[in-house]
Amino acid sequence: MEDKNILELERRFQEKIDNDIKIEPNDWMPDDYRQTLIRQISQHAHSEIVGMLPEGNWITRAPNLRRKAVLLAKVQDEAGHGLYLYSAAETLGADREETIDDLHSGKAKYSSIFNYPTLSWADMGAIGWLVDGAAIMNQVPLCRCSYGPYARAMVRVCKEESFHQRQGFEIIAHLAQGTPAQKEMAQDALNRFWWPALMMFGPNDAESKHTVQSMNWKIKRSTNDELRQLFVDVTVPQAEMIGLTIPDKDLKLNKETGHYETGEINWAEFWEVVKGNGPCNKERVDARRKAKEDGMWVREAALAFAEKRKNK
Amino acid sequence: MSKKEWPLWEVFIRSKQGLNHKHVGSLRAADSTMAIENARDVYTRRSEGISIWVIESNNVFANDSSESDALFEPADSKIYRHPTFYDVPDGISHM
Amino acid sequence: MEKQKALYEYVLRLADDSLILGHRVSEWCGHGPILEEDIALTNLALDLIGQATSLLNYAGELEGKGRDGDALAFLRYEREYKNLLLVEQTNGDFGKTIMRQFLFDAFRKPLFEKLQHSSDQHLAAIAEKSLKETKYHLKHTSEWVIRLGDGTEESHNRIQESLDALWKYTNEIFYKDDVDSVLIAENIIPSSEEIKAEWTKTINDVLEQATLTIPSNNWIQEGGRKGFHTEALGYLLAEMQYMQRAYPNMTW
Repeated sequence: MEDKNILELERRFQEKIDNDIKIEPNDWMPDDYRQTLIRQISQHAHSEIVGMLPEGNWITRAPNLRRKAVLLAKVQDEAGHGLYLYSAAETLGADREETIDDLHSGKAKYSSIFNYPTLSWADMGAIGWLVDGAAIMNQVPLCRCSYGPYARAMVRVCKEESFHQRQGFEIIAHLAQGTPAQKEMAQDALNRFWWPALMMFGPNDAESKHTVQSMNWKIKRSTNDELRQLFVDVTVPQAEMIGLTIPDKDLKLNKETGHYETGEINWAEFWEVVKGNGPCNKERVDARRKAKEDGMWVREAALAFAEKRKNK
Repeated sequence: MSKKEWPLWEVFIRSKQGLNHKHVGSLRAADSTMAIENARDVYTRRSEGISIWVIESNNVFANDSSESDALFEPADSKIYRHPTFYDVPDGISHM
Repeated sequence: MEKQKALYEYVLRLADDSLILGHRVSEWCGHGPILEEDIALTNLALDLIGQATSLLNYAGELEGKGRDGDALAFLRYEREYKNLLLVEQTNGDFGKTIMRQFLFDAFRKPLFEKLQHSSDQHLAAIAEKSLKETKYHLKHTSEWVIRLGDGTEESHNRIQESLDALWKYTNEIFYKDDVDSVLIAENIIPSSEEIKAEWTKTINDVLEQATLTIPSNNWIQEGGRKGFHTEALGYLLAEMQYMQRAYPNMTW
C-alpha cells in the first residue's frame, strides 16, 4: 500500500516535470531529487563565495579608480549570488551554516577553477572573459530548471552577471591592444586560464555519473560536452579578434560541422584539483574558514544584543 | 562556542510606487533593523526597490501542499464567476 | 593663501579621507563576518571610492596642471597625501573597522550637511550626493557600535579596546589652519566648531547606548593634514600604487 502510494507520487512528480510545471518547496519530491539539488545548489553557492577570493586579491592593486570600483562591484555580486543560492538551498531544508561547514571540512566541492592563482592584473580580464563566460553558458539553461527557487535565483544571477563577462573582456582587450608588456601580460593570462576554463564544464559526458538522472529531472538542461563546445565556438573567434592566441596547437575548425575541435584536456590535472591538490585549494578554504571563525564573536554579539532588546 | 545562527528572514520589495511588495528571497539577520539594512544591501543594489518588508521566516505559515487539490480545485468548476461565461448579443457595447 | 590654492588643498583632504578609508574597507571584500555584512561593507567602500573619484577629479581641475583623479590617487608621494591619520589605520577586527568608520561618519555627516550649501557650486553638488550615502553609513555603523558594545562581554571588551586605540586620532578631525580660515571667510566651508558640536553629540549619544567609555587618556596624534603619516600608510600606498609604479605611463 505504502509502496504503491510512493510510486503514484513519483509518477505525478515526473509528470509535472515532463510538462514543465515547476516544483516548489512544499511539494512532494523524491528524496534523491532533494539531495541532488541540495548538492548542486550548494556547490554552486560555494563556487560563488570561494570565487570572490582570487579576484578579491586584486581589489587593492587595481590600476585605476574605475577598475577598482568595477572589480569591487563584481566581487560583491558574487557574494550576493552565493547568498541567493544558499537561500534557495535553505528552501530544501539545507541549513546555511551546516552547508558552509561542509565546505570548510572539505566534504563539499566547488568549481575547481578558483583553485588557480591570480598572478597579474590581466587575470582579472581572463577571469571575467573566460570564467564568467563559461559560467554563463552553464547558468543560462538553469533559469529553466525544474525547481522553482533555484530557477528564480538563476534568473537574478544571470541578469546581474551580464556585466561581469563584459568588464573582463574590456580589461583583456585593452591590454591586448596596449604596450608590449601589457600584451604579454594578456597572453600569459589566457595561457594559464584557457585549459582550467574548459575543465569548468566538468568531465566528458561518458564519465559524468549524474548527467542522465539530472537531465530527466530537468535540473541540468544540457550536457557538459555540449556546453563546452558552445563555449569554445564562441570564445575562439573573440580571442582572434583581439589578437591573442589560444594555447592549443591542436585547435582547428571542422568545416563540415562548423565546430572547433580542441586538443585533449588534461583530465589527470582536473581530478587532482577536484581532490584538493590544486595550487590554491588549501589557501582558499582556509581563507573562508578564517572569515567565519573571525566573525564568530560578531555574530554572537548581534544575537545576544537582539535577545536583550527583545526582553526589554 | 555557540552554534546558534541568526534567524532567517523573508524579503519583500516594492519596486516602484503603485506596485505590490513582491517576495524576492531570504537572508540572515539578528534583528529586524539589521534585516532591513541587509535587504537593502543585498536585494536593491541595482535600484530594484523603494520600499522593503521583512518577515521572520518562521512567522510565515503555508497550506499543506498535499491538500492543494481540495483547497484549489473546487474553484475551477465555478466558471460562472468569469465574464466569459455569459452570452452578450452582438451589437451590445460598454459591457 | 589665495582662495584657489586653499580650495585645492581642502578638496584634496576630503578626497584623501574617502580614498584611503575606501581602500581600507575594500580589504574586507570576501572576508566579512557573515555574507550579508560582507556585502554591506563593500557598498560602503564603493560609496567612498565614488566620492574619492569625484573629489580627486575636482582637485585636479582646481590644481590646473593637467592631473586627473587617477594621477592624484596613484602617483603622489606619501607626504603629499592629506588624509586623517584615523582613516589609514589598519582594519584590525570587525569592531575596529566599525569604530573607525563610526568616528569618521559622525564627522562626515554634519560636514556634508553644511557643505551642500557651500558657495562653491561644484563642492556643494558633491556634498549633496555624498550626504545621502554618509547618512546611511552613520546609521549602519552607529547600530553596530551599539550592538557590539552592548552585545556580549567579549564584544564589549573588543570594541572598547578599539575605541581606546583610535581615540587619539579623533582630535585631528577638527584640525584647522590657513586653508580653513581662507575658505570659511569665503563661505565655502563651515567652521569646525559647528561640526565639532554635532560630532560630540553623536559620539556621546551612541557610546552611551553602547555602554562604552570615552578614554580618559588625552594623548593626541596628528599630522595627516600636513602629510606626516603613521607607518600604516606606506604599506597601503605600496599596494595601491603597485601597478602604476611598476608599469609607468600606461592606461588600463
